[in-house]
Parts: sequence; C-alpha cells; structure tokens
Amino acid sequence: MNAVSGAARFSHRFEGLRERLPGARLPWLTALRDGAAATFATLGFPTRRAEAWKYTDLAPIGDAGFDEPLTLLEGSVALPPAGAARAVFVDGRFRADLATLDGLAFSARSLAGALDEVEGPLGALAQPARDAMAALNTMLFEDGLLIDVQDGVDGGVLELLSVATASERPQAFHPRHLIRLGRGASLTIIETAMGTAGAAYLHNPVFEIGLEEDARLTHGRLQQESRAGFHLSTIYARVAGGAVYDNFTLNAGARLVRNEIHVALTGPKGACHMNGAQLIGDGQHADTATVLDHAAPDCASRQTYKTVLAGRARGVFQGRIHVHQAAQRTDGYQMNQALLLSEDAEMDSKPQLEIYADDVKCSHGATVGALDADQMFYLRARGIPEPAAKAMLVEAFLIEAVEQLPEGLLRERLTDAIAGWWQGQEAAA
Amino acid sequence: MLKIDNLSATVDGKAILNGISLEVPNGEIHAIMGPNGSGKSTLSYVLAGRDGYEVTGGSATFNGQDLLAMEPEGRAAAGLFLAFQYPVELPGVGNANFLRTALNSIRKNRGEPELDAMQFLKVARARMAALSMPEDMLKRGVNVGFSGGEKKRNEVLQMALLQPKLAILDETDSGLDIDALKIVADGVNAQRGENFSALVITHYQRLLDYIVPDRVHVLVKGRIVKSGGPEVALELEKDGYASVQEAA
Amino acid sequence: MAAVTETIDTVNAVNDGGYKYGFSTDIEMEFAPKGLNEDTVRYISAQKNEPEWLLEWRLRAFAVWKTMEEPRWSSAKYPPIDYQDAYYYAAPKEKIGPKSLDEVDPELLRTYEKLGIPLREQEWLAGVQPEGRMPVAVDAVFDSVSVATSYKDRLAKEGIIFCPISEAVQEHPELVRKYLGSVVPQGDNFFAALNSAVFTDGSFVYIPKGVRCPMELSTYFRINAKSTGQFERTLIIADVGSQVSYLEGCTAPMRDENQLHAAVVELVALDDASIKYSTVQNWYPGDANGKGGIYNFVTKRAACRGKRSKVSWTQVETGSAITWKYPSCILQGEDSVGEFYSVAIANNWQQADTGTKMIHIGARTKSTIVSKGISAGQGQNTYRGLVRISPRAKGARNFTQCDSLLIGDKCGAHTVPYIENRCMTAKTEHEATTSRIAEDQLFYCRQRGLSQEEAVGMIVNGFCREVLKELPMEFAVEAQKLLQISLEGSVG
Repeated sequence: MNAVSGAARFSHRFEGLRERLPGARLPWLTALRDGAAATFATLGFPTRRAEAWKYTDLAPIGDAGFDEPLTLLEGSVALPPAGAARAVFVDGRFRADLATLDGLAFSARSLAGALDEVEGPLGALAQPARDAMAALNTMLFEDGLLIDVQDGVDGGVLELLSVATASERPQAFHPRHLIRLGRGASLTIIETAMGTAGAAYLHNPVFEIGLEEDARLTHGRLQQESRAGFHLSTIYARVAGGAVYDNFTLNAGARLVRNEIHVALTGPKGACHMNGAQLIGDGQHADTATVLDHAAPDCASRQTYKTVLAGRARGVFQGRIHVHQAAQRTDGYQMNQALLLSEDAEMDSKPQLEIYADDVKCSHGATVGALDADQMFYLRARGIPEPAAKAMLVEAFLIEAVEQLPEGLLRERLTDAIAGWWQGQEAAA
Repeated sequence: MLKIDNLSATVDGKAILNGISLEVPNGEIHAIMGPNGSGKSTLSYVLAGRDGYEVTGGSATFNGQDLLAMEPEGRAAAGLFLAFQYPVELPGVGNANFLRTALNSIRKNRGEPELDAMQFLKVARARMAALSMPEDMLKRGVNVGFSGGEKKRNEVLQMALLQPKLAILDETDSGLDIDALKIVADGVNAQRGENFSALVITHYQRLLDYIVPDRVHVLVKGRIVKSGGPEVALELEKDGYASVQEAA
Repeated sequence: MAAVTETIDTVNAVNDGGYKYGFSTDIEMEFAPKGLNEDTVRYISAQKNEPEWLLEWRLRAFAVWKTMEEPRWSSAKYPPIDYQDAYYYAAPKEKIGPKSLDEVDPELLRTYEKLGIPLREQEWLAGVQPEGRMPVAVDAVFDSVSVATSYKDRLAKEGIIFCPISEAVQEHPELVRKYLGSVVPQGDNFFAALNSAVFTDGSFVYIPKGVRCPMELSTYFRINAKSTGQFERTLIIADVGSQVSYLEGCTAPMRDENQLHAAVVELVALDDASIKYSTVQNWYPGDANGKGGIYNFVTKRAACRGKRSKVSWTQVETGSAITWKYPSCILQGEDSVGEFYSVAIANNWQQADTGTKMIHIGARTKSTIVSKGISAGQGQNTYRGLVRISPRAKGARNFTQCDSLLIGDKCGAHTVPYIENRCMTAKTEHEATTSRIAEDQLFYCRQRGLSQEEAVGMIVNGFCREVLKELPMEFAVEAQKLLQISLEGSVG
C-alpha cells in the first residue's frame, strides 16, 4: 500500500464525517473544509519526490490505516503533575474536566466550542491550498485550543498537554490551535505531547499563531509520543514589528516525527528564535523543517538545532531562511549539528539561504560527526567510566541549544526529558 | 610501584618505543628527558591507555596490576594520573561538573563515599586557592578559553583533587612562565610522600630545578640510553642531546 | 534556442563594453540540416567517419533522450527551448585537419589571436610570451570541430595523448570505447543524453602510468555560428601515478538569441593519479537587458577510482546567460581526494546555478568545497551542492565553505546544500555566509584614491582569493581581470 492510497482513506473518512464534524452548520467552515478536502484529494500525502519531503517517507502512515475517534472519551487518564495552568487534550479532544484554566489573565478555551467566533482567523495563516498536511488538518480537525491574550497582558505560563491513549484501532487526531497575542502581550506555552507506551496513533496538530506588535511568545514543545506513534506538526506564525516568537522543540518520542515551522517576520525589528534538540534511537525518524521568512527590515533570527542519533535512527534537518528584498539589515543565523552514536544512524541536513536583499548578515553552519576521541580519552583518563563520559559529552553537545531557554519550568522540563531519554538509551544498550 | 619491562609500541605501524625498562618505586620522582621525537609522549599515552598506540611487546605493571590490560578509567581508578601536554577542551562540559564526576568515579572505585555538591565545592575551592586559581574557572567549560598556563594549572588542580598514586607529567612545563612553573612544581611537591610517585617528562632541565627528581632517565629513539641522579639533567643541559644521541 | 530571428550584423553593433569577445568570424560554414532526429545523429557520425559501435552508442543515447523530460528543478528561469530550431553540426567548410597550422584558414588564426589564444608554437618559442612562462598546449574547438592542437609531438614523446576526441576515436578506439560514458552514462540526465547523441568534438587526454604532464593542457572553445548548439565532449584519463593540469576557456559572439551549450566532461583518475581541471567560462552572458547569451548546461564528473587519487575542479564562471553545472567527484578509491573551488558571477540578468557533488564511497576519502558567489544587477546566483557519505566511507571528511556577496538590492544569492551522512566515523562541516561590500571598505579604498570600480574589483578579488589561487598561474591574472570586467557598471 502506498501513501497515496493511505491518503484516499482519509478523504473517504472525511466524506463520512462531513456532516458530523464540529461547525458543520457554519457555511464558511464547511466551504473551508470542502476546499481543503479537494486539495488533499489532489495532493495526497507528500511523497519523497517533493523537495520538502526528500528525506521523509509518509508511506507508513498510509499503511497504518488510521481512523478518527468518534466516541467522546471520558474515562480517567493518568496525567503527569502540572507545573502551571494547564489545558489537557485526550486523543485530540479538549477535556474541560481535566483542565485548570480558572483565573487566567487571558482567554484559553476549546476551539470546538467557539467556532462561530473564528471566521477569518481560522485558516488565515495555514494555507491548505499549498500544504497537504494543513489540508488534512483543516478537513478533519475536531478541536483545539483557542488562546487570546489582550494587549499588554502578561499571561504567565500555560501548559498544553496532549495525551494519546491506546485503542483497538489506530487513531488519528488533527487538533487545530489558534493563538493570538495582542500588542505588548506575553505568554509562555509549554506543550507536551505524549501517549500510552506502545500506542499507535497519528497526532497531526496545526498551529496558527499571530503576534501583534511587541508581543512575545515563548513556545516550548516536548514531543515525547509513544514510540509507535506518528507526530506531524505544522506551525504557522506571523510576527509583527518588535514582536518575538521563541520556539524550542524537543523531539524524543514517536516512530516518525515531522515538525514543520513556518515563521514570517512581517514588521520591522521583529525576532524569531527557533531552537531544538532531536534525540532519537533505534527505529526512529525525526525531521525538523523550518522556513523563516524575513519580510521586513531590521529583524533578527537565530536557530540552533542539535540531533543525537543512536541505533538505527534517521535524523533530518531542513532549514530555509528567505530574505525578501524589503528585509534590509536582516541578521540571520542558523546552526545545525548532529552527533552519530551508532554505525547504523543516518543524518541528512539541508540548510538553505535565499537572499534577495543586499544589506544582510546571514550565515548557517552544519556539522555531522561522532563523539570526539580525544575528549573521550581525556574523560576516561580522569577515571570517568565510558558510559558516563559519553553521557557528559552528549549533554555538552546539547547544552548550546538548551541554554537558549531562560531558567524556569520549561528548561527544567526539558532537562528532565533529555535525562530520561538518555536513561532509556542506556537501558536499551 | 610502576614497573615497565622491555616495553615496545607502535603508532600507525611505526615503532616508537623499542624496549623500555624502568622502575619507579613508591615515594620516588623520576624524570624522563629526551629530544623531540624520542617517544616521551608515546610512553605516557601507552601507560594511560590511549587508543591508537599498539603495544607490541613487554609489560607495564602498577603495584602488581597489569596496566596494559585495563581501560583508561580503570587505570585512573588504580591511581594513575596523566597530566596532558595538551589538555583537551570540552565545550559545554562545566569544569565543576567534570571534576566532581571524575572525583566521585575514583572515590567510588576506592570504596570511599561520593561527595555531594557542597562537599565537593569546599574541597575544590581550597585546592584552587592553593593554586592561585580564580573561582570562576569552576563555572567555565573544561579548558575552554583557558590560556596555556591556566590549562596546566587546571591539570595540577585535578591531580590535587584526585590524589593519584602515580602522576605522569607530560611536558607540563611547556609554555609556562616562571611563576606558573613554580605553582605547578609546588602542586607536585605538595603531593610528595611515600604513597606518591611521579614520572616527570620534560625536554628541559628547568622544571627539575623546582621538582627535584630522585632519578633521571634519558630517552632516545624509544630506548633509555642513560640513567642516573639529578646530575644527569645538568649534564644534558650543558652538553645538549647530541652526545647521548650519538651514543644511541 | 529562442526562435528570435537575428541578423549576423548584430555582432559588433551591440553596445556592451563589458564583453570583449563578442565579435564573430565571417567564415564559410557547413551545417547539418536544422533540427534533431535520428538522421541528424547519423549525419554527425558520418561526418566524423565514426565506427559502427559509436553510431549505435549515439543512437541509444538519442532513444533515451526522447523518453526524458527537460529538468526544471534548478532555480533558473528561461523560456522553453525548441530543440528542433537549431543546428547540431557546424564546421568551417574548408577541410582543415588538425595536422598543420599552416593549412588553417588565416581568418581562424586571427580569431584566436584576437582572443589571446596562441595556437602557433613558434610564438612561444620566439619568446613573444614573457619569459619563464611554461608553454601551454592548446586544442582549439571552433563550433563543432577541433581546428588545431599544438605541441602534440612533444607530448607524444612522453606517451601523452592530447587530441580532438574525434581523432581519438580513430586513433585510440580501445581507450575511447573503454572510458566513454563510464563516468557520465548516456542516460545520466537530459542534457547528458542529448550530448551523447550529438556531441561533435572536444578534447581527449590520456596520461600514461607514472607520467607527469610537462605542460598545461588547454582547450579553447568558441561558439561562432548562429543558431547552433555546442555539444562538446571531453574525456581525460590519468593512469596510475600520473599527473595533469588542464584548462578550458570559452567565448562566444554576442547574439540576441540564446544558444545552448551542453557539454559533458568525464575524468578518470586511477591509483595515485591527480587531475587538476580548471575552467574560465566566459560565454557571452547576454546584454544589460538580458537579451541573448549562452545557456550553459553542462555535466562534469570525475571518478576517483584509484587509491589516493585526486581530482581538483576549479572554475571561474563569469559568462553565460544561464549556467547550470555541478562538477562532481565520485570518491571510490580509498584515501582519494576531491576538491571544488568555484567563483561564479551573476550580473545584469545572468542566472548561475552551480555547485558540486562529492560522493564519498571509499574509506578516508576527503573533500573540500569552496564556493564564492557574487550577485549584482538583477543576477541570481545559487550554490547547490551534495555531500554524501556512504556507510563504507569510514573516516571520511568533508569541509564546505560557501560565501555569497551581494552588490545591489535587486539581485539574489541562494545556498542549497544537501548533506547526507551515513557513516559514524565520518565528519562533515558546512559553513555559509552572505554579505555585501561594506560601505566602509569602499570608502576606505576610495579615500586612498581608488575609483569605485577599482575598489569593488579589489574587494571582489579579495573575496575570491581562496579560489583564484587554485588556478594555474598563467590564468589567475586573466581571471582577476575578467572578474573586474564582468562587474563593470554593477555599482552605481
């Protein structure tokens, strides 16, 4: 079975669910979904012949035969302890009973319950016509989080937790999250995606993020899905003048993950930081694809991605920086580095610069290699056993990316996740 | 006691050590002097167990244990310490974390309790003060951005913390000014005692003014061609290596 | 080629001071019938009096080509090419063998003199050239045929074969048959297949075992006739332990039509052999409004088959309306080395999409890539490169440095590297930067009395220094001048 017929399966599901999806009574939304469905039927899942998907094959998703969950789950779910206000999604559905969103300085609620308020914003940034994954999400999304932080409000920290449960038939869910920060507003989101060990599912979230002038969003993402799960996420962020979008993504779970981040810097003096770590072991495939549009002058962007590969793992990094003619005095930097811990691992990187303005400072770097033999010897000569020495050097390799985050809950969560991954690797070895 | 018997080794198939025999009894400091390319650094790497150095004959034991059969960390735990000629930079690895991990690994091996962060800091600070090292060196990456002198002092600090039974100082004096040299020598001399021995590898006699050796061996073309008391170093200083090289 | 009707007298009338080689030579030519079909392939093969196996080889290539689609993945934009609206064979009518220069049409000799290419050995011997400079053996290819090759006898004494490939087919069929298409197979890509079907001439070099070629070898390509494509084919074989340095230069008249140049270059280096291949590409780039110019779609590839073999590509790409080429190295032999040094300029409406592929297969193979792209005017310059490390390539190393310089705010600079590493002990490093000529650098130079253009030239040359120093000395100076000329008028 190839990816195309897998795609047909999703199209077929949409035919059956069309009248029952949230917002089916809203003509604009139905039109949007129909359009997306037509696009998806034409495009299908991207294949490796598409340049942006050169290194990632989605055929296993088509083969898995996912279904969207129809029943509302209300059973109890084991959740990790919360460190802040938290919105919880179980199998893609917002669970009011598990959320702790009272007393927030801003509005955060289920998208499914507020669809009649989002005509316009929904689909403003994610363009189904160009992007098969956005089309899939648009045609089938059932819920998501709607966040609106008013001008000047500091929203503090919000956790966004997605939990996938094991079910008899592999499930697919496509949450759609809409986030808006008004002028000068700020917020930190700590997003965790996880699933019951061994559960096979497809988690396909799409984010549409709009930051108005001088707003600041810190968006931490800890992807710790089940090792049998698939995680395809797409983020579209529009950053106005003086605003800052700060994204950190950890990829540690899932059998196959693709994180696609599209950021447009549309006003002067905006900034974007995209950092991340991919920690992948045997049988895992992780692909980070960033597209950064510098569309306005005097903006800065920084990207640091680190990938550690063990066992038969495959890592991919694709990063494109596009500097438009108007974006004079752009300062763009991107570094991606990979550490191969195994003879069977493979890393593919494709950093890319497209520059149409002359007064710019743009650079990128990419390295792939193994642990440094001299460093290993130095540590061992000081009495540090080989596994501990390895762990130290791996941690040191990652620290440049981790240090981009301020001290606080997000950084703690991340450090814990990295430590957890390493222990898992050692246990497996 | 370190006992090296007829040790031969190759690097990339090229013979560098050609039958070295040497004994360093506990409590003694021996110096190994020799011209460039005589095999001095190779000897130190072979003893510490670096990859790429192939032992082709002979043996090396430390207090009866077969050194050559052990992993590098095993040798360190047994009490062997190599002060590197070129200390390796470890970007991203904090010096404090590194030192504490190393110290606790070795303590664990000796059956001593591990030190917690506070206990460690106390010990480290005291040692650093003795070596005139600024405390912020603990926070920096291991050897990253250190000057040549700072790197060597960091090596001596590690030695002071890890309390080895045998220290091999591989050209620790190279690139040091006279003040730093004295600090390094003081660090070594402070360790002197019946349970500490050292192999001081150097090209110049200068260091031996400050660390006075019990015996001096001259290494040429991978063999020890001459052994004697501290006076051997003075002779070499006067006559140069030419005379011993001819003898070899 | 674009179906623009042109007149021959455009040549000197076009007022574009930047291109000094834009004249055409009025000489009687013989053409194959316009268009491309099996008969064209047979015609070319018959003109060259080729053996049956080569005709079949060409026909197979043509059959494959017919099934292929013209690639569109490069960033270059151009109107569709009408492959039936071109001549695939054009040769000076007078039968000029590459035997004796005395028989060569004096008009042709004057052409090469004007281009600064000495064909007469005696010019070297008479000391016309500065003293101490090494003689350079030249093969001159005029449209579809080689018109002269110098120093053949002297090279023959060393056992070196340096001759037009058409001659090699007659004289050394065993070598040609063994290596032709062994690096770039007939069906490799659209333009390579086209070339395999209709290639007309080009140079053939064989350096025997243990021989160090005593002089630079050089081929000078000239497109003269209108509405012709040039499809030359070059094959260089360096046998065990041999060394050779080879340089190619190219120019074309200024015409307001686009002409296609689709060459194939194959290099084979056996154990301990070393090939240095330098290109100064100065095909007509089109005028300041983007009219005319050569489409330079070239396949160049080297097979480092032997242990410790080495191939070094150096290119200075200043000409052509569109350049689309990726001189590559297949590093099969253990410890083999591949290098790519490139300067590419895209000024006015030029588009350059160039780079390299380094395919590491053997253990401890090494590659170095240094690419300098300069964009000015409305020019678009793309570095596109692939570094692939196979699981067998233990201890392989790659270092890549791509720098782009932008002059003006209407041009573009793009970097598209692909890095695929499947070997733990291999190490790849890639760095890329983009910058412009800083105002303070310009001001500093001008304050010291340099003109704006001199200052730009000087800064650009400094930017390209790492690449230019790889050129054979004889050509480095000319390449520097060429860079300056190519950028004239780019700073206003």
